[in-house]
Amino acid sequence: MSDLADLTVSEAASSIRRGEATSLEITNAVIARAGVTESHLHAYLTFDQDAARAAAQAADAALAAGDDGGLFHGIPIALKDNMTTRGTETTAGSKILSGYVPPYNATVVRRLQDRHAVILGKTNLDEFAMGSSTENSAYGPTRNPWDTDRVPGGSSGGSAAAVAVGSALAALGSDTGGSIRQPASLCGIVGVKPTYGLVSRYGLIAFASSLDQIGPFARTVGDTAALLEVIVGHDIHDATSYRGDVPPISTALETGVAGMRIGVVKELSGEGIDDEVAAACRAMYEKLAAAGAEVTEVSLPASETALSAYYLIAPAEASANLARFDGVRYGLRVDGDTTEEMMARTRAEGFGPEVARRILLGTYALSAGYYDAFYGQAQKVRTLVRRDFAAAYEKVDVLVSPTSPTTAFPIGERTADPLSMYYADVCTIASNLAGDPSGSIPIALDSAALPIGFQIMAPALHEEQLFRVAAEVERLAEFRQRPELATSEVRPA
Amino acid sequence: MSGWEAVIGIETHVELQTESKMFCGCPVRFGAEPNTTVCPVCLGLPGALPVPNEEAIERILRIGAAFECTLVEGSLFHRKNYFYPDLPKNYQITQYDLPFCIDGHLDIEADGEEVRVGITRVHMEEDTGKSIHGSETGRIHDAEYSLLDFNRSGVPLVEIVSEPDIRTPEQARAYAAELQRVVRSLGVSDARLEEGSVRFDANISVRRAGDDFGTRAEVKNMNSLRSLQRAIAYEIDRQIALIESGSEVVQETRHWDEGSGKTSSMRSKEESEDYRYFQEPDLVPLHVDQTWRDRVFAGLPELPAVRRHRIAATGVDRQAAAVMVEAGDLADLFDEAVSLGSEARTVGNWLSGDVVAYLRRNETTLADTHLQAEHLQELAVMVGEGALSSTAAKDVLARVLAGEGSPRAIAEQHDLLQISDTGALEAEVEAVLADNPDVLAKLQSGDLKPIGFLVGQVMRATGGKADPKVVSELIRNKATAG
Repeated sequence: MSDLADLTVSEAASSIRRGEATSLEITNAVIARAGVTESHLHAYLTFDQDAARAAAQAADAALAAGDDGGLFHGIPIALKDNMTTRGTETTAGSKILSGYVPPYNATVVRRLQDRHAVILGKTNLDEFAMGSSTENSAYGPTRNPWDTDRVPGGSSGGSAAAVAVGSALAALGSDTGGSIRQPASLCGIVGVKPTYGLVSRYGLIAFASSLDQIGPFARTVGDTAALLEVIVGHDIHDATSYRGDVPPISTALETGVAGMRIGVVKELSGEGIDDEVAAACRAMYEKLAAAGAEVTEVSLPASETALSAYYLIAPAEASANLARFDGVRYGLRVDGDTTEEMMARTRAEGFGPEVARRILLGTYALSAGYYDAFYGQAQKVRTLVRRDFAAAYEKVDVLVSPTSPTTAFPIGERTADPLSMYYADVCTIASNLAGDPSGSIPIALDSAALPIGFQIMAPALHEEQLFRVAAEVERLAEFRQRPELATSEVRPA
Repeated sequence: MSGWEAVIGIETHVELQTESKMFCGCPVRFGAEPNTTVCPVCLGLPGALPVPNEEAIERILRIGAAFECTLVEGSLFHRKNYFYPDLPKNYQITQYDLPFCIDGHLDIEADGEEVRVGITRVHMEEDTGKSIHGSETGRIHDAEYSLLDFNRSGVPLVEIVSEPDIRTPEQARAYAAELQRVVRSLGVSDARLEEGSVRFDANISVRRAGDDFGTRAEVKNMNSLRSLQRAIAYEIDRQIALIESGSEVVQETRHWDEGSGKTSSMRSKEESEDYRYFQEPDLVPLHVDQTWRDRVFAGLPELPAVRRHRIAATGVDRQAAAVMVEAGDLADLFDEAVSLGSEARTVGNWLSGDVVAYLRRNETTLADTHLQAEHLQELAVMVGEGALSSTAAKDVLARVLAGEGSPRAIAEQHDLLQISDTGALEAEVEAVLADNPDVLAKLQSGDLKPIGFLVGQVMRATGGKADPKVVSELIRNKATAG
């Protein structure tokens, strides 16, 4: 490996400890990579080279002094820009938070800093994490490193693109309906949404509180599991954070799948799934069976209504979560003759069309006379989805499916048709409704040289099983391709 | 208002004086510099999350238990959505269909009758910040600028909703006053109207006896118990006059103006306001199990009504008992003195009469005086022995309150001890009888009326120190013996 920006996290960590490279050298290599790729991708909203170099030097000094923060010590990583960072602008991809500098750090940021990780900057996202392509960012779209005319997926498209191209060795994203897994799939990297409550949401700018979960991106299953291990654990600042002992995560990466029961989700294997995607996944089911797993087909009947339920629950919660952006205390303010007018103008100008659409949808779903038919009904579907999963996990240890029904689609293709965009989350949403862990692992490229992701879902707090299967899928797929942008000497555009 | 009946329900908000706010660690402090007791949570900054204050929950359960409510096992928080500048999240975390406490009651006494007022629910919510509008009226509409203070944002607020069981302004006042006493006795809040730590809103409608409920108006902004009573009386008259003149009562919120003694419309059609309640997803359901509920009930102090009855049962005048219980510390001192063996009625009268008058006159509090239960006991014993007249006892009590020392020392120092020794008084009685032979003759003829005159003569001769009871007895004996 000639370029330090192409190291995996574990390779970089070894290099640092063997004295072959310093955190500063690795960080400089990643900064150099971003210098080449950013003009093509726009993965970052804020990229603070000086702060990153200073953090890298501090990490090197700490290590020299015997203070070893573990695998992520000195590793340059990126944060989705919906996690608050003290002193660094945090916009959630929205104009309404333009210039907003939080006075406090999200719990995940604190945990990373405690381990001397190097934070490079804040990555682009669909505004308030609402979208599946990163085209809804108020600051312009992020492009897919495999084909810059295509989307990287979303909403954590910036984080996924950065990791794929080497302008970060790993990153954090957030996943409300697939916002980690779908961009991981479209960018050819690993991304995991942990069990709801396993990672503190304190400092994550809320989209839909009962569904939002922060999770890791990396280029390997092992690095992804390791990053998750850094950020998990109960947080007194988050009442929904899991209070029990942290479950095992990376303890079975080498175990293999022999004897495991793997269920293929029937409803996510046929109609609506791109042929090449379906074929690649089928090939993986066969390989898993050949590796000793017992692969069967399992039905999740409620998954067909899950998408509709999601698009009532998530906007309903968002309509309240986003009410605080009113121009009174921070962020954008557009003046008006009265307070009400100031608030209305600020919100009309500050929110993009997709966010406005979801606020209206959610407000409607919660309104008197409609609550029972919409929000109330959606909550019932959510219960059914949970029951479906519970029933399925009586028979199998994990469930598998494609992560995304298609590979990366062209920029602009779906922006005029919200429903087609919503459909991008059809495979991922059920896990959020159930609160279960779920991850995407790249398994192949399609005929257009675009990555195909493979989704693994496990019961709540069974991350160990998820990563056990993921590691086997990674070995079986032998997916080692990198986007051309990461390997060729592309000059700034 | 003959033929008319008012139907009144009261919503009470009580600010809990907990160490920290409802959903964050900021201190609850009255009168702090604006925006100094705030953090990302109570300012509603992006990404901040609420974490419930268990002490506040314990306190609301105590309030519910005091009203003999059912404490709900699986209580939930909801979001109440509305936009207002001093509500930082533009939703309030409150409770909706599963409050902490339901179905209680409060017994009150008004107009000489006992009334049981149902308590529909007692729920928990967070307080808002405060807007200070830069305008002459202090209202937002004509303000040039508005300032916001978020110190109060997130302070735990308990809402107590009564059933519409109240029928008169006097009952409403009695309800509010008794509710304040209960809350104070629990030590969860000082419940002061002037400082805003308790607020009463009244829902008022009128109907002809036997009819269904009429349309109600909600009246706000009553800053004292007296204004609560006045506002309700005004509103009842207004509504009756409106209906009798052929108009209708409009469902609306009305503002009480203390100066003019009138209510005026604040906003109408409140029912059309849609708060879009839904379960707060940042919080998990609260499990108040049987053990917890039992502990709350077992830990309740003696409540004011029970205490009044108990004290009255010792022979103390009901009014005196009420005065002592109202003050709290007087009743504590009473209980302590009685436990030392003091005569209850005497001590009760001193505390509710002389002591209250002294405190008022000197604008002081019981704690700032030197009065102790031992003093009351000593004083009561001296009166019981006849060593001190009841008049002298009052003088001594005032001096004890002022810190001059113990009752006996004061009485001795000021020569207030009473002569009740028969031997010592005999000579004085003989002398008075000798000086008034005609009066003595009357007594001997069976007319006992002039005895008071003779007692007075003896009192004068002894400089007021003779025990009038002993003197009277001596005179009687002389008259009948003679």
